[in-house]
Amino acid sequence: MSKVRGAVVIDTEACKGCNLCVVACPTDVLKLHEHVNLKGYNPAYPANHDACTGCKICALVCPDMCFTVYQYKPEKSA
Amino acid sequence: MTTSVLTPEEIIKKGKVVFKKTKLINDVPLSYCPGCGHGVAHRILMEVVEEMGIWEDTIGVAPVGCSVLAYDFMNIDMQQAAHGRAPAVATGIKRVYPEKYVFTYQGDGDLAAIGTAETIHACNRGENIVIIFINNGIYGMTGGQMAPTTLEGMRSSTSPYGRMVQTMGYPIKITEMVAMLPGVAYATRQAVHEAKYVRKAKNAIKKAFENQRDKKGTSIIEIVSNCNSGWKLSPVEANKWLDENMLDYFPLGDIKK
Repeated sequence: MSKVRGAVVIDTEACKGCNLCVVACPTDVLKLHEHVNLKGYNPAYPANHDACTGCKICALVCPDMCFTVYQYKPEKSA
Repeated sequence: MTTSVLTPEEIIKKGKVVFKKTKLINDVPLSYCPGCGHGVAHRILMEVVEEMGIWEDTIGVAPVGCSVLAYDFMNIDMQQAAHGRAPAVATGIKRVYPEKYVFTYQGDGDLAAIGTAETIHACNRGENIVIIFINNGIYGMTGGQMAPTTLEGMRSSTSPYGRMVQTMGYPIKITEMVAMLPGVAYATRQAVHEAKYVRKAKNAIKKAFENQRDKKGTSIIEIVSNCNSGWKLSPVEANKWLDENMLDYFPLGDIKK
């Protein structure tokens, strides 16, 4: 069984902790960090990274363009 | 299930990039409040410019309002106009450089209040420009005063008991107003608070730039957006409020195409 996997890299200093990506993520990957960044916001981080599918919905709703999204599609085995 | 043991680092190494910030947005912190729709609108606009390969030939006109600093964020040629006069400035730029792509980026206080005359007459002349109109129903930058687009009963700092239509009039639907003008080729209303709407809004912006390329006339894209600071709500609550209230009075979709 092939499963599409994804990963996100978040620019935590650009993040303003608006929580929109956390709510939008369909697989509940993201959470807000308990510690603040240099601006004083709680940035988003991938708490449950294994569930990420690389659907990039987080990146589409992020107003501060913090996300880089990677996706890995395994080769289909015969 | 060998794939499930891949760590995120391995996925980043082996996988391909499916989303990356466009190079046409500068690496400076955006001056907008957390959760503001301006950031998404900036991004999809610049993504369209990048995908069409027209960044050399695109000139933007920034408004007065929260997005007055748009020229700092968008990595293309920009001009900043006096309050509400962006369509007039864009008219001048387009007539001097008819081969360039010219767009204005305006808020509702700018386009629908002080700039009503400029907007209507630029549309009536059928100027071959793209107008991006961000409607959040409030004057965001100056502290949440009532705008012409403020909904009936909606509270703002200058209508603390809610907008009363007997004394303050009805919220203005400027996109419908200009859609009836023959010079307007494309009038649409979009939103950016959810991923599905973001995709549609980007397609609408692309269509508008294609109209400009084909010299069809004015294209106006209204983007219903939030103002969580002005509405005194959290970003998530503001988007929910937008979905439940704003979209009833400002329905999404193409008004003229």
